Amino acid sequence: MRDDLQLISDWIPQGATLLDLGCGDGTLLAWLGKHKQTKGYGLEINQDNLAACFEKGVNVLEQDLDGGLGNFQDLRFDYVVMTQALQAVLRPDQILNEMVRVGREAIITFPNFGHWWVRSYLALKGRMPVSSALPYEWYNTPNIHLCTVQDFETHCRKHNIRILERQVINRHHRSGFLAKLWPNLFGEIAIYRVKA
Amino acid sequence: MPQQIPADSVGLVEPKTHRFDTPLELECGRTLPAYELVYETYGTLNSAASNAVLICHALSGHHHAAGYHSMTDKRPGWWDTCIGPGKVIDTNRFFVVCLNNLGGCHGSSGPSSINPETGQPWGPDFPMMTIKDWVNSQVRLADVLGIARWAAVIGGSMGGMQALQWSIDYPERLSHAVVIAAAPKLSAQNIAFNEVARQSILTDPNFHGGRYYLHDTYPRQGLILARMVGHITYLSDDAMRMKFGRDLQAGRFHFGFDVEFQVESYLRHQGEVFSRNFDANTYLLMTKALDYFDPAREFEDSLETALAQPSCKFLIMSFTSDWRFAPERSREIVDGLVHAGRDVSYAEIDTPKGHDAFLLDIPEYIKLFGAYMHRVANETVNDTSEAANQEAGNA
Repeated sequence: MRDDLQLISDWIPQGATLLDLGCGDGTLLAWLGKHKQTKGYGLEINQDNLAACFEKGVNVLEQDLDGGLGNFQDLRFDYVVMTQALQAVLRPDQILNEMVRVGREAIITFPNFGHWWVRSYLALKGRMPVSSALPYEWYNTPNIHLCTVQDFETHCRKHNIRILERQVINRHHRSGFLAKLWPNLFGEIAIYRVKA
Repeated sequence: MPQQIPADSVGLVEPKTHRFDTPLELECGRTLPAYELVYETYGTLNSAASNAVLICHALSGHHHAAGYHSMTDKRPGWWDTCIGPGKVIDTNRFFVVCLNNLGGCHGSSGPSSINPETGQPWGPDFPMMTIKDWVNSQVRLADVLGIARWAAVIGGSMGGMQALQWSIDYPERLSHAVVIAAAPKLSAQNIAFNEVARQSILTDPNFHGGRYYLHDTYPRQGLILARMVGHITYLSDDAMRMKFGRDLQAGRFHFGFDVEFQVESYLRHQGEVFSRNFDANTYLLMTKALDYFDPAREFEDSLETALAQPSCKFLIMSFTSDWRFAPERSREIVDGLVHAGRDVSYAEIDTPKGHDAFLLDIPEYIKLFGAYMHRVANETVNDTSEAANQEAGNA
């Protein structure tokens, strides 16, 4: 399992109910279902991913995140999870609001655009950064709303979303001393646990 | 005619008939004292009877879902695309059962069969059937076949409604329900189309109050019209545009009312063929069964409460261009199941083929349906064979 998913699964208690936005091939939901007896659903639009979820026995609903989560009641789930998709949705602010409405807590991961390497790539090369966390070219990237750790936290403060926990990890998916001290500079992937 | 039977076909099949002598109480308040059900099976029931799958048919369907009855058959069963060795519903793994519903006209007791009390065809005296009645009769067939629990109950359109009703009424008797291109109840527009179809039959001078059998005739024109209007709702606007456009039969206008446009010819042909093979009373009865379907009604009109009854897992599928039972209608079922915390997966297949898509070989549909059925097989077929092996080992 991807290291950021491993980190997230540590945060999720036994028997929790989950909604995984952009659940991919269902790895996280399958793992949590098996090891922590969680129950929940994934939302996905990619056909191959849907098929993979079907095969795994993961509940998955074909639903576009850009259409919102209006079909789910308030506080329907213990956790709403969205890994590496915030930057790819049309309105990250709206989906964030929806996540904390539908879930008691929300867990979000995204590539930090404030990472020193991204900054220096742009500063020195003068070109759109490409890295292992951001593997796309400017013309084909699905990442249309990239943000930094600071952007995210400012947004949360402004919109009364409480940050309960933060982890930043580097490209080796480790959380080093520098990243703890200066997350916006040394964190490559940011992981947050938040609530309304 | 199949020159030779394709390798992925179930081959030549023979329908079976079972007579039931225990009276069946119906939702309309009447009782059917005895009746026959005709059905077909494909594949082999395993020793644990854990690999059985029930296929429920749609409005004009029947028990012949796959394979051929003879080498002179022009076409295989109606769901041959999905049923066969190595296909989505893999007969190498599953034991597949498909029956003709009560009230049908393909061998099960219905308006065209003889009423033992009068010695005449039942005609309009055959009791009105509902989806719930059908499920009750299917339960009895399962008992006869020794199937305590279906690995899956599967159906498209009206068949999907039966699968849904199974999950609500007999939660302990199925592990999965696959509900394709269905709805939790008909809309006013759906009922309106059914009513047009019924009126065209009822007002045909050859209908004779439903006793046309005695007059050695049938409401041919009424059936043709009913099928024509029905067929329009099975196709999408796009599908019709692609299939016929405004193409003319003879390449020019005739300025008359004979067939000119391709689409007219197609509809008339479909109606004509249908009228020869389908009983008008059955058509009336089945469209009413559709209209009456509303499982929430028993639960104070709460679909959420109705969908809290099932304990099986669900696959719900819809097709983007289906306007008879549009994706929104399937999502009503999904939302109800999510609300009730049931295990459910949902796929919306992007296709211009309309409602009929559930019968067609659409790669994306086949892939997803196949992936789900693969899982059903792994959960229900293999688990028990492992358990059986263990038991054998213990003994």
